[in-house]
Amino acid sequence: LRALPPPVAVGVLHTTRPLHTTQQSLAPVPPLPEKGGEVRHGLIPEEFFQFLYPKTGVTGPYMLGTGLLLYLLSKEIYVINHETAAAACILTVIVYGVKKFGADVAAFADKLNEEKVAAAQAVKDECVQMLQKAIEEEKKEQWRVEGRGFLFDAKRNNIAMLLEANYRERLLMVYNEVKKRLDYQVAMQNLKRQKEQDHMIQWVEKNVVQSITPQQQKESIAKCIMDLKALSKSAHAAV
Amino acid sequence: GPLSERPLMEVRLGELHSWISTRSFSAQGLLGAVQRAWGSYCAKYIHVKQGGRAGISMLLAGYCLLSYGWNYQHLKRHRWRKYH
Repeated sequence: LRALPPPVAVGVLHTTRPLHTTQQSLAPVPPLPEKGGEVRHGLIPEEFFQFLYPKTGVTGPYMLGTGLLLYLLSKEIYVINHETAAAACILTVIVYGVKKFGADVAAFADKLNEEKVAAAQAVKDECVQMLQKAIEEEKKEQWRVEGRGFLFDAKRNNIAMLLEANYRERLLMVYNEVKKRLDYQVAMQNLKRQKEQDHMIQWVEKNVVQSITPQQQKESIAKCIMDLKALSKSAHAAV
Repeated sequence: GPLSERPLMEVRLGELHSWISTRSFSAQGLLGAVQRAWGSYCAKYIHVKQGGRAGISMLLAGYCLLSYGWNYQHLKRHRWRKYH
């Protein structure tokens, strides 16, 4: 991360460096290398042996080490004292411990790391999945938008039906009102005619009854009796 | 590349003197050099998925050598022979 250019104060935005011109980005971070540099005997990097190999072959560095050790001891640049014995014991114990338990400790540490990585990966996968689902739902919403036309057609049909129903209602009302008024006129005429008829009949009857005098009444009764006698005679004869 | 920009491992023995003269020995320069050296050591031996015993054992060995060097004047008095 130190290789990236330093951040620019964007607060007041007078920069001397153009922003966002390169393809650099802070993510994704490149993964760690699998294994570290090669080291022989746990102390000396392999590059040293490769450096001496062309000139001295395989045994070169070991001869160098032996010569160096003998020189240090003989000139007593390295002095053997009580600390040498202590160092020898400590180194023995450490080397024995590492050889015996090294692999187990490494496996345990690897397992811890693995769990951390798996947790982070799970979070990332879940995020990606949720975003995928969001994309699908968005596409579905976009598809739904195309149904606008159908919705508006249905609404338009509804409104047209409402208007039609209203129109017919009012037509019916008009018809009923007009019929009521016409019926009234007809009933009035009928009533008038009926009343005139009744009145005329009554008047005619009254006049006729008045015009029948007592004399006429006697004559008509005598005639009726004679007719009846004639009829009875003819009836007797028939029998 | 040019001499002043090469790291130490890529400088040949004959050019070492001129290479040292191109380095800046100010406080910032030295500090930068130390930081870069430590950073490259960490990146190579410590910040890896399977570190192993190399990373820390080299640091401890270096510490042992340094402390032997610092105490040499005192240890010289415990020599076994007078003439070497």
